[in-house]
Amino acid sequence: MSDRCVIRVDGKDVEVSGGGSLAVALLAHGVTRFRTSVNGEPRGPICAMGICLECRVTIDGVPHRRACLEPCVPGMTVETGTVGDSPRPADAVAAPASSLEVRVAVVGAGPAGLAAACGAAKALRGGAGVVVLDEGFAAGGQIWRHRVGSAVPAGAAPYLVRLERSGVRVVSGATVVDARDGGRTLLVETRGGSLVVRAEKLIVATGARERFLPFPGWTLPGAMGVGAAQALLKSGLSFRGKRVVIAGTGPLLLPVAALMARDGAHLAVVAEQAPLGRLLSFAAGLTGRPGKLVEALAYRARFAGVRYRTGTWVASVALAAGDDRVGEVTLTDGARSWSVPCDVLCCAYGLVPNVELARLLGCAVEDGRVRVDARQATTVPDVFCAGEPTGVAGLEASLAEGEIAGLAAAGRETFPGALLARRDAGRGFANALETAFRPREELLRLAAADTVVCRCEDVRRGDLDPAWTIRQAKLYTRAGMGPCQGRVCGPALGCLLGWEADVVRPPVKTASVGSLAGGTIPPPSTSSG
Amino acid sequence: MSGSPDVVVVGAGIVGAACAYALARDGRRVEVLESRFAGGGSTAAAMGHLVVMDDSPAQLALTVFSRALWTALAPELPAWCEDDPCGTLWVAADDEEMAHVHAKARVYAAGGVETRVLGPLETAAAEPRLRRGLAGALLVPGDRVLYPPNAARFLLERARALGATLREGWPVEAIGPGFASGPKGRVDAGAVVNAAGPDAPRLTAGLPIQPRRGHLVITDRYPGFLRHQVVELGYLKSAHGADRESVAFNVQPRATGQILIGSSREFVGLAPGVNHALCERMLRRALAYMPDLARLSTIRTWTGFRPATPDSLPFIGPAEDGVLVAAGHEGLGITTALGTAALLADHLAGRTPAIDPQPYLPTRKAAPHV
Repeated sequence: MSDRCVIRVDGKDVEVSGGGSLAVALLAHGVTRFRTSVNGEPRGPICAMGICLECRVTIDGVPHRRACLEPCVPGMTVETGTVGDSPRPADAVAAPASSLEVRVAVVGAGPAGLAAACGAAKALRGGAGVVVLDEGFAAGGQIWRHRVGSAVPAGAAPYLVRLERSGVRVVSGATVVDARDGGRTLLVETRGGSLVVRAEKLIVATGARERFLPFPGWTLPGAMGVGAAQALLKSGLSFRGKRVVIAGTGPLLLPVAALMARDGAHLAVVAEQAPLGRLLSFAAGLTGRPGKLVEALAYRARFAGVRYRTGTWVASVALAAGDDRVGEVTLTDGARSWSVPCDVLCCAYGLVPNVELARLLGCAVEDGRVRVDARQATTVPDVFCAGEPTGVAGLEASLAEGEIAGLAAAGRETFPGALLARRDAGRGFANALETAFRPREELLRLAAADTVVCRCEDVRRGDLDPAWTIRQAKLYTRAGMGPCQGRVCGPALGCLLGWEADVVRPPVKTASVGSLAGGTIPPPSTSSG
Repeated sequence: MSGSPDVVVVGAGIVGAACAYALARDGRRVEVLESRFAGGGSTAAAMGHLVVMDDSPAQLALTVFSRALWTALAPELPAWCEDDPCGTLWVAADDEEMAHVHAKARVYAAGGVETRVLGPLETAAAEPRLRRGLAGALLVPGDRVLYPPNAARFLLERARALGATLREGWPVEAIGPGFASGPKGRVDAGAVVNAAGPDAPRLTAGLPIQPRRGHLVITDRYPGFLRHQVVELGYLKSAHGADRESVAFNVQPRATGQILIGSSREFVGLAPGVNHALCERMLRRALAYMPDLARLSTIRTWTGFRPATPDSLPFIGPAEDGVLVAAGHEGLGITTALGTAALLADHLAGRTPAIDPQPYLPTRKAAPHV
């Protein structure tokens, strides 16, 4: 990687790769313990996309910053391994937040969000009244994630060109922390300060996150999601020479294995929990979508020689001797178990739609999916939803839904038939995906009584015994009450215990007191430290 | 339990839980009926500040008495109740408020409560994150903080160890002398205690209790940021003023290192949801006293309903229809739960209570406090 720069990590000046996220720089430098958990355990990032909050470090005296969303800047001071400490005396809230008025606000710059912005700009004959707010470094979301400064992925390029031509404003590094007035007011934290966006119409395109199911050792640094590994690879982190196990479920395992192989990692095994029979019927169902099948086969060919085991899953992970990270993974097929030495375990059980923003606004959510009508309108007036929050249906469907949502938000009532057909094909794919890769029963019994289920608050499986709803668990044990706001343990407990998600309370993402007070916080300046 | 209980307690919030424990300790057979689950209503939303307050002589008497009971119980509280004897710092912004600090110190001294008057430098030393230029503060070292839902669970565990039973998910629709009934059946008992918090007037007609909504904001962990529960002296004006909406600076260090930021008061019925304008005002008020809060990361905002009475005193004792009431504690339910339970137990046992029970009787004329 280029862009070498010097930052101060735990009191020592170190040269790291700049230009990307701080998390990538720290991982490349060999940092495993980003933070220390409530009970003193080492933790590192598992999602790499701003969800898990396990990559929190103190940056320039400000604790609890997400390293995966912070740019690595020369001269920054980073402290790792803290439970959280007191920030140094801060500058007071300097000014009221700046504000922006638009016709259409889009939250999320993945395929659905970008297509939505394009659709809205098209229907409005110009993008001046459209804004896209995105937490990431650069537009593209997860699937079109790329290093800043490197070539834009081919699929994303036409959309980005259209947006630029039409004058749509895309704000990266912008976290929507609260939504009010039925979605007409958004509170946004950006690297430059707080921003209040007033919009006539809102399009929620917040994507999906990985589902994690707890098993003994899953909290060790070096264990992360499959999509997380993909995000880190796309952001320029190299796994060259590392012993890697890829496990879990879903179509993402194969492309990530291919990326790993190409990067020079030693891929020990790719373990898919779903039994072969289910995968075969899924593949048969794909014949109407040969593109997908060919894609999958091509990936298999690329890492030929690596075992792709179906009906196999991770039972537990053990510590590396004398270290505080993953050292060995125990796999099982239900009949027998065996261990594999490993430096990095990528393991996740499919995707969970990010429906929190929609739920905060009161949009109806059924089976974890935001309910939308043919125009992608939610049950809340003037709030639309596109892409994975309506069900994980893949790229084509996300693009179609986005475009429809954008057109509809701009007032269109009719839509091209081809667009509707692309979307509806995606719906079927979403259902087939869910059936084929449904987590097996055995996975729900892996967590032992002393296995941590809520990573933020270090709540163990056995601690939940007195509770019979998520609300009780929260009040009695603090499960789901930490800074990830239940995004990691919530879906896991949904699987393990059948618990419904609790109400979403504001802020929808952690927000500073200053911005919730209607002010703006000056960005921490490295020079003042 | 075979046969009818001696007492049925309706509501397993902190007050109902405390009553169950006190009555079980007297050897009574107690049954607690809870519509949802223990500690899940107003108790769950509460700050858990165990604080002496002197809005009226009766309030001072009850809070002093009850805080002493909590202090005595403290060594027995398990870690998950997160009891922390951090004390309260009442902050005076100017000389006028400083005069109130001295007056408050005299009132507390007369009530047997230890305090220390701090000057500006001592205040800054006690709580370095406060802004400079404050006039001083009153430190009340005996005040404490605990985690209310688990404190309620603990009291219920104690009661159950003495034979009490708890039925959760058991809504009560009607009560009368000697019974409580709901969709799941009817429980007959020697006595019935209405400890249903904001819901109490539904069961005891004419009880003047109104839900008074409050907001709280909790931050991520910042161990050492704050040492005491810090409250502005103007809090009393907010707490008991007649304004429809009011805010006051009131921050609390949790045992976890998190900071709990309050407080607001408004009468909006039992409407859920956040009043953003009021919440912003509340946070701006906090920032005016403690600017360093600005950069702290918040995780969650929630609202809860204080069961408020016209004269800011709870209803403890027999109501006109013969049912016992332990409700209407507004923002002091956690503080006064043990005192309330002791008064009720003394009443049933015919013992002489530790403090005069008259000011809290439900049959009193609860004139609006001025």
